[in-house]
Amino acid sequence: MAELFDDLYRELILDHYRRPRNHGELPDAPIRVEGVNPVCGDEIHLDLKVADGAIADIGFWGHGCSISQSSASMLTERLKGRPLDEAGRVTKKVRAMLIDGELPDSELGDLEALEGVARLPVRVKCALLCWNVLEQGLAEAATTA
Amino acid sequence: MLDIERLREDFPILHQRVNGHRLVYLDSAATTQKPRAVIDALVNYYETSNANIHRGIHTLAQRATEQYEDTRAKVARFIGASNPEDVVFTRNTTESINLVAHSWGDRFIGEGDEIVISQMEHHSNIVPWQLLAARAGAAVRFASLTPDGHLDVDSLRALIGPRTKLVSLMHMSNVLGTINPVAEFAEMAHRAGALFLLDAAQSVPHLPFDVRATGADFVAFSAHKMLGPTGVGVLWAREGLLEEMDPFMGGGDMIATVREEASTWAEVPHKFEAGTPNIADVIALGAAIEYLEALGMDEVRRHEVALTAYAMDTLERIPGLAIHGPRDPEERGGVVSFEVPGVHPHDMATIADGHGVAIRAGHHCAQLLMRQLRVPATSRASFSVYNGEDDIAPLVEAIEHARKVFA
Ligand SMILES: Cc1ncc(COP(=O)(O)O)c(C=O)c1O
Repeated sequence: MAELFDDLYRELILDHYRRPRNHGELPDAPIRVEGVNPVCGDEIHLDLKVADGAIADIGFWGHGCSISQSSASMLTERLKGRPLDEAGRVTKKVRAMLIDGELPDSELGDLEALEGVARLPVRVKCALLCWNVLEQGLAEAATTA
Repeated sequence: MLDIERLREDFPILHQRVNGHRLVYLDSAATTQKPRAVIDALVNYYETSNANIHRGIHTLAQRATEQYEDTRAKVARFIGASNPEDVVFTRNTTESINLVAHSWGDRFIGEGDEIVISQMEHHSNIVPWQLLAARAGAAVRFASLTPDGHLDVDSLRALIGPRTKLVSLMHMSNVLGTINPVAEFAEMAHRAGALFLLDAAQSVPHLPFDVRATGADFVAFSAHKMLGPTGVGVLWAREGLLEEMDPFMGGGDMIATVREEASTWAEVPHKFEAGTPNIADVIALGAAIEYLEALGMDEVRRHEVALTAYAMDTLERIPGLAIHGPRDPEERGGVVSFEVPGVHPHDMATIADGHGVAIRAGHHCAQLLMRQLRVPATSRASFSVYNGEDDIAPLVEAIEHARKVFA
């Protein structure tokens, strides 16, 4: 059982929690989306700049547990500069891993570190929060494009 | 002194391993575990007495009615109330408070009136008043807290005035553990001509409770936090108040006569118990009360003060760990909310679970209080009669583990 918990708090997750990447507001971001987990109070804000069908820049801020914050940090690292359709695909694959317990797809890269969360159902919503927020952002990008 | 080892034998659920460790249940403020006597009462009712109550002529119906009404008398005795008829069974504390907000509030609260509560309250003692205020054109005012986690008596006094119609406050905080000097608050309310509602969800289960000494006009609490089953709450009202109030829900059991033009209401408390009530769980609450009475509420309180003092002393030795609320264990109940630097409460609770230790992490339905404490959430360990000093070491181990992971 101890492994279950060690697997949750992998070094990569802790590293993103301690030193979040792309952390902070993007001052002139045209797309600002946010999400709160009402049950636990975790909060994620994503600021997005979209250009030429890709995420030109992305920043996140908020507060919450290590899983919610590191998931967001990894999201920004994985998707900054990447095409919108790739962002949509990666989001689906993260969901498949976290919700359906599918093995991590190679396209996920470092996000694979979140795999251990799938085995702790109460924490899945923590990891998913930023991805739900991203989907709002992608939807907004689609309507304003 | 409570014999914890022997007492634990009464709680079947405690005899299991969670994630490879002895289960250490430190979440009794959310809901307590149930002794065998309560579980047996449920089974026994269904096996020997199950019938719908009040209108039945047959033997089982009489038996079920007697046991149900018997529990009403036990509840009254347990809280020092003289009339069982002043005890209404609801689903939980939340429903008890909502009942008052509708049946009393809709009748007696009008435009410009004020309801005084505090920033310490559980959402169940905030939201019903906000809803009532919106219906009535009234206002909800919030007394503030002192830095050491007490209700600020001066701010309360300043808020209570001629417009105040109701003061509604908690007896014991489910986050800080603070025990409020409620008799003083009741007097302040009464001097202004207002009524006083006491949210006793955390106090009735843990200390000797005498409704007359509190000065309250309404008292609300839940069976599931006092070793009883889920699905039963209590509303006690000062004699005569229930008669002045309108029904909460309409239907069977709460009427005297039904005619096409209009209906008339049953006597209190039945006027407030529409439909088939939660008979089995009410009866099992009776068993929980007998269990607590046999332990003695003075003993329960003594045990929990000593355990809280021990827990606070032990936890405070952990570098950087901060405990919210009053320092003096005599001024608080068995609830310890704490912060471990660098460890978010959810991570703390997950790691504790890995050690078999059940604690709660979150806002504890007290978002106004979280804002005052300037934290999004806290980790909370809370105690009941079956907890002992040997439950603290596994908690400390879990905290040390979390500190290592997040170092
Ligand atoms: C102080 C206080 N009031 C009210 C409640 C609500 O109780 P229930 O959920 O049983 O209605 C709680 C439960 O957490 C509480 O701690």
